[in-house]
Amino acid sequence: MNLIKSERSTVGFMVVAVLFIALIQVLLSLDILNNFWNTLLRFGAVMAIVSLGLNLIYGFNGQFSLGQWGFYAIGAYAAADITYRWTQMQSASGLVVLFLVVSLVGLSFWGVTKLLYLLRGIDPLSGFTLYLAGVIIAGLIAVKLGQFLIEPVTALFSAIPAAFAMQIIFFLAVLLGGMVAAEVSYIFGWPVLTLGSDYFGIATLGFTIIVKVLLDNSDTLLGFTEMKGARGMIGIPNLTSWLWVSIFLLITLIITRNLLHSSNGRAIISVREDEIASKAMGIDVAQQKILTFVLGSFFAGIAGALYAHINGFLHPNTFNFIKSFDPMIIIVFGGLGSVTGTVFAAFAWALVLEGFLRLWLPQGFETWRFVVYPVLLLIMMLLRPKGLFGGFEVPFLKQLLPPLRRPVKSNGEKVPSTSEVKQ
Amino acid sequence: MTAKKASPAPLLEIVGLNKNFGGLRAVKDLNLTINKGELAGLIGPNGAGKTTAFNLITGIYVATSGSIHFDSTDLVGLPPFDITHLGIARTFQNIRLFPNLTVLDNVRIAYHAHAGYSLGDAILRTPRFFQKEKELTEQAQEFLGVFNLQDRQGEIAKNLPYGEQRRLEIARALAADPKLLLLDEPAAGMNSKEIVSLMELIHFIRDKFNLTILLIEHQMRVVMGVCERITVMDFGEVIARGTPEEIQADPKVVEAYLGRGAAALAKKLSGKRSHVD
Repeated sequence: MNLIKSERSTVGFMVVAVLFIALIQVLLSLDILNNFWNTLLRFGAVMAIVSLGLNLIYGFNGQFSLGQWGFYAIGAYAAADITYRWTQMQSASGLVVLFLVVSLVGLSFWGVTKLLYLLRGIDPLSGFTLYLAGVIIAGLIAVKLGQFLIEPVTALFSAIPAAFAMQIIFFLAVLLGGMVAAEVSYIFGWPVLTLGSDYFGIATLGFTIIVKVLLDNSDTLLGFTEMKGARGMIGIPNLTSWLWVSIFLLITLIITRNLLHSSNGRAIISVREDEIASKAMGIDVAQQKILTFVLGSFFAGIAGALYAHINGFLHPNTFNFIKSFDPMIIIVFGGLGSVTGTVFAAFAWALVLEGFLRLWLPQGFETWRFVVYPVLLLIMMLLRPKGLFGGFEVPFLKQLLPPLRRPVKSNGEKVPSTSEVKQ
Repeated sequence: MTAKKASPAPLLEIVGLNKNFGGLRAVKDLNLTINKGELAGLIGPNGAGKTTAFNLITGIYVATSGSIHFDSTDLVGLPPFDITHLGIARTFQNIRLFPNLTVLDNVRIAYHAHAGYSLGDAILRTPRFFQKEKELTEQAQEFLGVFNLQDRQGEIAKNLPYGEQRRLEIARALAADPKLLLLDEPAAGMNSKEIVSLMELIHFIRDKFNLTILLIEHQMRVVMGVCERITVMDFGEVIARGTPEEIQADPKVVEAYLGRGAAALAKKLSGKRSHVD
């Protein structure tokens, strides 16, 4: 049967993926791949996760978004703050407060959505205002409530062996980083997703710039002194190991695959194909756009959180809007709407740009890689305009066609056909 | 010219519908009643407001004033997807398939509203997902079978020949399980052989799926051959309604289509002919 076949390819893929991850891990532990490559591989995986998120938004849903980098930044700083406070200040305050904020804001979203359902036909901007009010109220409650919970939770985590507690906090920090990015994207997406594709691109670009400026002033304007604004945040523990990134990448891949190969995935793609036809087929286009945008941003937040713990250093310049084109380049390079292509291109991008080109170019000419790289992009786009992989997918990610079925009762019923008419 | 108003169950009832685009009144005081099981036609010269009327019914535009009652629900102000869920499906003047998707997926998308599993089921791949997805796929395939497209399920929609694209669009609309089907110029761009089979197809689906059909058409052959009742629009207003025979004889319709001079000429000619008779 077809489904069994698809499950077989899943098992095959998982085996290959686990073996590959293990192999890299062995090479890393034996120091055959040194620290330089270790960092690049982890960075490649992080880029793969951001780009998979963007590919959902742009490649599959057709919304040209430059906001991905802003959500990446939000995830990075949110998660970094949690682990920073734990390691440097021995306090779970970041974890507790952010957890409460995320859950209460989520609750307020749920409430406002129910309210908006009753007030049918409200315009997006008024909806946005309601959501914003909900967020502010929920946020204030969360911060107040957090004061009481910080002490006991800190005590609880101190009771567990330190190394283990660190890993748990890191894992929760990454998830919360993703959740914060997702919730910000939900509220931001409300007014903005009604815009047409190009206008949407500019609006999201604006978002990325706002985030960067806020991070430049994070110590003064936002009041997070530990983020140190434009001087850069230091002292974040280096917790992102190859194993962690590959686990997160694998989960991202599976979620993406399962989503795309479902009825929801088809609805998402139909919005890209033809919005009006999609509406006429009974699909709530706005809902599908929000869903994709939020999920894509969630991945961006996760990736950002992982990135923050690679070098242990964050600087707002990393999240400059110019850089927001990197994931865009990756998904176009790998093939819009190709998951395989995105993952491949993300690793290739990280390894080639920062790795091979740096090694191959003669001493003193390393910065010339920014000359070689655009030329490579140009040649690539001319030779393969549909991206490296076009529509190709590995079997695990490919949607199988069900076997042909003859109509059961075709006896006697005359089915008018235009197929024999060839013009 | 006089529409029968005695019929018991109007499926769609449009009363005093207006739509303004700035200063342009695209649809002026449209009244239209369609009964269950009817095959109705909406004709008129280009720019008469027919497609606007369709867009108003399906919720793509919101009416300036007036009401559209479908099965006693007022459709004005409802979003398009809700209107589809209530049981109105449509095709488009210039085919709007999902061009880069397979034929099968084009039809399967229509089932999204009643897929029967949640996003969580899909992401976690619960048994429910597999079961519902299988059912849904089989239904879609059966549908393609009815339209003789089952062998084409894996084909990318945009690669199909024109006639099959039309057929697929109708199949997709029907997969949404409508009570009322709106066809916007289904015969546009078809040759005469394709038109004949299209007419057969329209009759066939009406009988097989128990549908009520409203179609817009320019090809008089299709209109006269298929429709039981015709409404004629010009400049956003209804200028005539009746059976095909009545419409053909209506001087206002001839005038709208051919212009006043030609209409006068036609009248003179027909007058002469009757004189000779």
